[in-house]
Amino acid sequence: MAETATTPLITDDMKAEIGKESPPWTCEVDKTMVRLFARSVGYTDKVYYDEAAAKAAGYRSLPCPPGYLGTPVFNPGAGDNPFGGRRGPGPQPSRPLNRVLNGGTEFEYMEDICAGDVLTATSHLSALEERTGSLGEMLISTNKTVYKNQAGKVVAVSTGTGIRY
Amino acid sequence: MAVSWNDVTEGMEIPQLKKNCSTQQLVQWAAGSGDFYQIHYDKDFAKGTGLSDIIVHGALKNAFLGQLLHDWVGNKGRIKKYGCSYRGMDYPNKDIVCRGIVKRKYQEGSEKLVDLEIWSENPEGQKTTPGFATVSLP
Repeated sequence: MAETATTPLITDDMKAEIGKESPPWTCEVDKTMVRLFARSVGYTDKVYYDEAAAKAAGYRSLPCPPGYLGTPVFNPGAGDNPFGGRRGPGPQPSRPLNRVLNGGTEFEYMEDICAGDVLTATSHLSALEERTGSLGEMLISTNKTVYKNQAGKVVAVSTGTGIRY
Repeated sequence: MAVSWNDVTEGMEIPQLKKNCSTQQLVQWAAGSGDFYQIHYDKDFAKGTGLSDIIVHGALKNAFLGQLLHDWVGNKGRIKKYGCSYRGMDYPNKDIVCRGIVKRKYQEGSEKLVDLEIWSENPEGQKTTPGFATVSLP
């Protein structure tokens, strides 16, 4: 018991992952998914549903609602269920942690992203931390994902914090 | 309808956005976001992980805060940056009130910017999703 309590969860193999850029993956932005996303949030603004309204408001097509950065192209066998996106197993902590919670999400936007755009995303682990809190032993990892559009411009960066416990 | 930068004052509260998720909305969100983790729609599964009930997706609360901002800035304004932490769980069929307060109003070059503190609160008034935002306004 005393021994497990002093062994760090974060292994050297995990630390070596920090900053390593992932292989790229493709996120398609299409009208149907923009509408579905907007509907699931509860938007009533027509720009997310009606292309004519979107164009009248100055967008190229239906714009992405905040938090939507296209849908990863699902590849059976390589895609992760239940989260859909590319998600390799990666190096594991020194003790198994079976539960996962989303700790936080940030988005930074540089350009409009609209239906018809095809984004190329790459991500990297930017930080790892272990902490003991209300959930017990927690492993907190921060990931940054950079999205480029079909013209090669960085249009958005998302930062996600995951908590395993 | 949408706000203009000249009308903004530091300390002002922006119009609130009230949400109350049905389990149906959580399933719609699962499809819209691609997050099919069962703790958000399968009560037995959620309880099996030690939760008391199905919980609202953190990312959905993030998206609600995105709507709070979009509804305020309109289509002539833009959200430059926003984010939140998930500090407490929210449950279906309970009110989630999204709120925001203007912290700073400033210009950078030709951009008219506003920083906000944003959050969602549960029926007990606890900030379960504290966050921040920077928006540009016409």
